[in-house]
Amino acid sequence: MKSARKLFYTLLPLVAVVGALIVGAIILWLQEINIFEAYSSLVVGAFGNKNGLADTLVKAIPLLFVALGIVIAYRGGVINIGAEGQLIMGALVTTYFGVAFGEAASPWLVLPLLILIGTAVGFFWGAIPGLLKARLNVNEILTTIMLNQVAIQIAYFLLRGPMLDPEQAAAGTNVPQSARLPKVADLPRIQTLMQTLGFDKTAADLGLTGWRAELGGLFIDNTRLHTGLLIALLMAVVVYIFMWRTTIGYRIRAVGQNPSAARYAGINVQLYTVLALALSGAMAGMAGAIEVVGLHHRMFEPTAVSAGYGFSGIVAALFGKLHPAGAIPASILFGGLLVGGDKMQRAVQVPNVMITALLGLVVLFVVSSDLWARRQTEKLEKEEVSERQTAVSAPATTTQ
Amino acid sequence: MTETPYAVEMEEIVVRFPGVLANDRVNLTLKRGEIHALLGENGAGKSTLMNVLAGLYKQAAGVIKIHGRPVSFNSPKDAIAHGVGMIHQHFMLVPTQTVTENILLGLDEPRFIMNLPHYDQKVRELQAQFGLQVDPTAKIWQLSVGEQQRVEILKVLYRGADILIMDEPTAVLAPKEIDELINTMRSMVAQGKSIIFISHKLHEVTAVADRVTVLRKGLCTAEGISAKGLTQADLARLMVGRDVVFSVAKEEQAPGSVVLSMKNVSAQNNKGVPALRNLSLELHSGEILGIAGVAGNGQSELAQVITGLRPCEGSILVNGEEVANQPPSKAIAQGVAHVPEDRTKVGSAPNMSITENTIMKDYSSEPIGNGWSINFTKARTRAQKLKKMYDILAPSVDTMARKLSGGNLQKVILAREISTNPRLMVAVQPTRGLDVGAIEAIQTLLLEQRASGTAVLLISEELEELLSLSDRIAVIFDGQIMGTVDAKNANIDQIGQMMIGSKLETL
Repeated sequence: MKSARKLFYTLLPLVAVVGALIVGAIILWLQEINIFEAYSSLVVGAFGNKNGLADTLVKAIPLLFVALGIVIAYRGGVINIGAEGQLIMGALVTTYFGVAFGEAASPWLVLPLLILIGTAVGFFWGAIPGLLKARLNVNEILTTIMLNQVAIQIAYFLLRGPMLDPEQAAAGTNVPQSARLPKVADLPRIQTLMQTLGFDKTAADLGLTGWRAELGGLFIDNTRLHTGLLIALLMAVVVYIFMWRTTIGYRIRAVGQNPSAARYAGINVQLYTVLALALSGAMAGMAGAIEVVGLHHRMFEPTAVSAGYGFSGIVAALFGKLHPAGAIPASILFGGLLVGGDKMQRAVQVPNVMITALLGLVVLFVVSSDLWARRQTEKLEKEEVSERQTAVSAPATTTQ
Repeated sequence: MTETPYAVEMEEIVVRFPGVLANDRVNLTLKRGEIHALLGENGAGKSTLMNVLAGLYKQAAGVIKIHGRPVSFNSPKDAIAHGVGMIHQHFMLVPTQTVTENILLGLDEPRFIMNLPHYDQKVRELQAQFGLQVDPTAKIWQLSVGEQQRVEILKVLYRGADILIMDEPTAVLAPKEIDELINTMRSMVAQGKSIIFISHKLHEVTAVADRVTVLRKGLCTAEGISAKGLTQADLARLMVGRDVVFSVAKEEQAPGSVVLSMKNVSAQNNKGVPALRNLSLELHSGEILGIAGVAGNGQSELAQVITGLRPCEGSILVNGEEVANQPPSKAIAQGVAHVPEDRTKVGSAPNMSITENTIMKDYSSEPIGNGWSINFTKARTRAQKLKKMYDILAPSVDTMARKLSGGNLQKVILAREISTNPRLMVAVQPTRGLDVGAIEAIQTLLLEQRASGTAVLLISEELEELLSLSDRIAVIFDGQIMGTVDAKNANIDQIGQMMIGSKLETL
């Protein structure tokens, strides 16, 4: 009975998603849209074939990076709403260095260096609100949001001026877009990686059919899926080990749990507050770098590059219970919703805002159900404790 | 009206909280004009029972009769309408308003126009009747804790209560104020009021109460027995269910070299008001120096400047090393252990496990860590060892700290602090709010530290605790040491005088 309730609370995010989809269905129905057709196009579009799956995972990559950063920030007791800006800054500076020095650098070093640069930029962009909070006690929610705008404007300035694509400049179209990074700075696709490793067959070559062809094809056929996925998964492991197995992670968590106790234990609370926000920014900056070298190969409209990942990533992190292991499936699910929403829009001709509304519903349901569940599990724990205390006290009374 | 001698009869009261029986068929009777003590350990169900009588909780079963008539209270308003008023341990007063304004708060009268002088006069009449002196026009924040308590009592009396429930009224008072309170209580019962007072201080019960009801784990272990002839040992046995050692045995031992030396230390509290004024003291190894004083006279700040948690002026040497105005890590490195006043907000991280709480001070040094990574297998093993050694009651070392009772959490903190092999231990109110059994355990641990050569600075508001544990007692008042006396032949009156501001030399 109790364990069943606990299981229910654990699976509650999924229930919340279903609840959001039901409310979404009512809205669709009011617009006289075929609900079944709409939702089946959503699910099939996101998870039904190799291209849908590839798109879902491609979107899950930046979501996972951002979510990992949010996990660090939340565990450190700070809230980072600035992943959008950190991602944009990471992408922007990565692009700049890639275009300027990509050809000159050693082909082996260019990718690691570019990713490192994007990460470092995110680190510093995140450290700014961290320093403001630690030194001047400025609310980090406000500063991180405001720095998003600063990042967007810096990007527009550079993309319309110093970094403007020479081709665009020559054509006089004035689209804010940079030149393409050299090929040497392209993060290989998964298929390319498999071929390099000596596996150069496609799903058709292997005679796979049905879902096996789609699932297998995801990794060995020509899809958009790139090796950023492997880096993101690796980072999930790294973040877990860092936060739960190292002294620095322990200090960050202690500060997040109880700053007074951390200070009492000799931990420099200000330093670790800055570090939590900076590392959170570093993850978002890495997302930006990976988006550039793995997908876009250039920088353009900053809000189109960040694509709301900085906000959706927060929800993915909450959905994943603020743990790296939970952030992985959560990011895939939200990637799927983004891709499936697109497909649904085309299949049943719903306006774009309908998809936004649906995602908003998911956010609302997930976050509020999480708050509810937290209160319920606390109640459950209290009951268990008091029961145990009565159980412990029972023999004590008989000793007299 | 029936001629019952009882003001209150509570019969077979049962109160259930989720998963626990807080009151199990409890009986309590209060005669008119008596002082009745309700005694029990923390969590025994005293407050629950009184909250039922005050209309805050509803009983699952059982009958309450007031002056012989069965009643049913749905809110504190119902209770006060029947003349039952409760004086809570934590005062519920508006600091920026005057005494009279606080007394009138929430009443139907005055309806609209506040003719305060008129009500000031009414409050004065009430004061004269019961000997509760406090200026009705004074603002609450200007009053001492004892005076604020009088306001709370006046509030209840003004509402026409003839049955008063006092929840641990002496917990916050200085010895002199306690005497005044006891006089007030006697004068109230002489004028026909009846009083139930909750306490776990045994000597007060034997001194004041006419009859005693004792609760243990929600059950009555004594129902309204006469307090005459009862000894403290009898009461303790009823409360705890076994014999309790009152003064833990302390071996004679000569103090060693100076460990802590404070010279002319001044500091401000959180409001920017001077909390320590040119304070100097010395503490030797193998010695317990008790700091006595009424709460809020600089005790918290004293502990904080030594442990690096608060900036200060002056010099604080630990083993000859300056720790004043250094980060807390410096004090920790000098072997200063700290049992903080606030167990949950400062001493522990509630949402971290027992294991994670036990490594807070040494997570980066061998054998738990190497400065970079933490070996959680070793941390768990040690936590399990500590759990067994210090008899910490918890399902496992992975249990969250917030799920522990006060006594068990304090043991976790002490276990952690002692395992750093400190040279100086600063213990602030280490036994506050704990029950008799846990107090005994904590006090024994402090004496063991003394025996092993640690210097212990014991800051406490419990004079008895200080007298039985300390070698010397320094009395702090308004941030200054009024005098230091030998604990062996200390004069309690003298200490009491110093606690309210007289220097030792002048006594």
